[in-house]
Amino acid sequence: MARIVAGIGTSHVPAIGAAMDNGLTDSDYWAPLFKGYGPAREWMRKTQPDVAIIIYNDHASAFSLEFIPTFAIGVADTFQPADEGYGPRDVPVVVGHPALAWHLAENLILNEFDMTIVNNLAVDHGLTVPLSIMFDQPDVWPCRVIPVCVNVIQYPPPTGKRCYDLGRAIARIVASFDEDLTVVVFGTGGMSHQLQGERAGVINQPFDIDFLDRLVSDPIGLTERPHVDYIREAGSEGIELVMWLAMRGALGESVRQVYRHYHVPASNTAAGLTVLEPV
Amino acid sequence: MKDYSDIPGTYVFDGEHSRKGYRLNMFCMSLNEEANRELFIQDESAYLDGRGLTPAQKRAVLDRDYLELLKLGGNIYYTFKIAMLDRKSMQYVGGQMSGMTEEAFKEMMANGGRAIEGNRRVGES
Repeated sequence: MARIVAGIGTSHVPAIGAAMDNGLTDSDYWAPLFKGYGPAREWMRKTQPDVAIIIYNDHASAFSLEFIPTFAIGVADTFQPADEGYGPRDVPVVVGHPALAWHLAENLILNEFDMTIVNNLAVDHGLTVPLSIMFDQPDVWPCRVIPVCVNVIQYPPPTGKRCYDLGRAIARIVASFDEDLTVVVFGTGGMSHQLQGERAGVINQPFDIDFLDRLVSDPIGLTERPHVDYIREAGSEGIELVMWLAMRGALGESVRQVYRHYHVPASNTAAGLTVLEPV
Repeated sequence: MKDYSDIPGTYVFDGEHSRKGYRLNMFCMSLNEEANRELFIQDESAYLDGRGLTPAQKRAVLDRDYLELLKLGGNIYYTFKIAMLDRKSMQYVGGQMSGMTEEAFKEMMANGGRAIEGNRRVGES
């Protein structure tokens, strides 16, 4: 039987990946952020999951405005790094777990989550930067990956509650998979940031800290937060945090926080990282 | 009146915005392909012609006016692809949209970002 052993919430800022790809992680600007990633990477080395289900969003890479799935799941054998406008990142090809991915796709749909099933999916920084944050720079990624892509670009994204419920359904379905696998679930994006408009650069540290706290203690309360509150308080792109609620939903009622790191700035963003284990 | 209309300096990419910017954003999307990037660089104006952009959208692309592009329906993840071609950073674009130099914008971010206080609602101080 497959089981979910942990959840990881992390920002997926492209500049974090670029700092690694260009060997800048020891620079004055980046060192404090990457120093804080150390213990999480150590935890990951010990945990050695078989599969990572990564809840992320595409940024005009695999999906454009031509069609906009609210929830999509990648079922392919492999996923290539996407060309986002400056050539693909030089990171390993992402290897899928088609059997578990199809088990999820079929059972999510039968449980009334109408997933879009994707066989050909290039993955952008939204998915590869979290892998880089947690696994550093290996020759091959040390686990299989199932991409779960959430639309947060075209307003409105799914609600926080819907994401949380998706996570709960993912947990039930993973538990019904008849193979002995350990699984971690990533929720990515955030934290407070706004890339666009005259308000670009807005950061709200108290909001972020409260979110990290309540992700542990009061996730149900967080699911009641309307979109306008995310946009107003955490910036227009801070709404990505609904994807962290999908991760939290997959962990069950109670969790313990294994690790937390928070740093401002990473590019135009407040970068957060949390590692949670179900109890 | 939408519940987010009173948030200052923020262009929520809703249906109305998306309709207005579809052609503009799909032009930006085309820049994901190396061959198209080369064609665009060779003759920007010719590349834009026939892609259904309004004259104002075309002008804003040629001028690299990122705030105007937002106002004309652009989405930042799409329009930033133009900045990538120019090797401009998100701090440069953020600064341009908010009337600051790239250096000043970077400094603001290093000091904790733009304050949320005073920036929640139009007219708030």
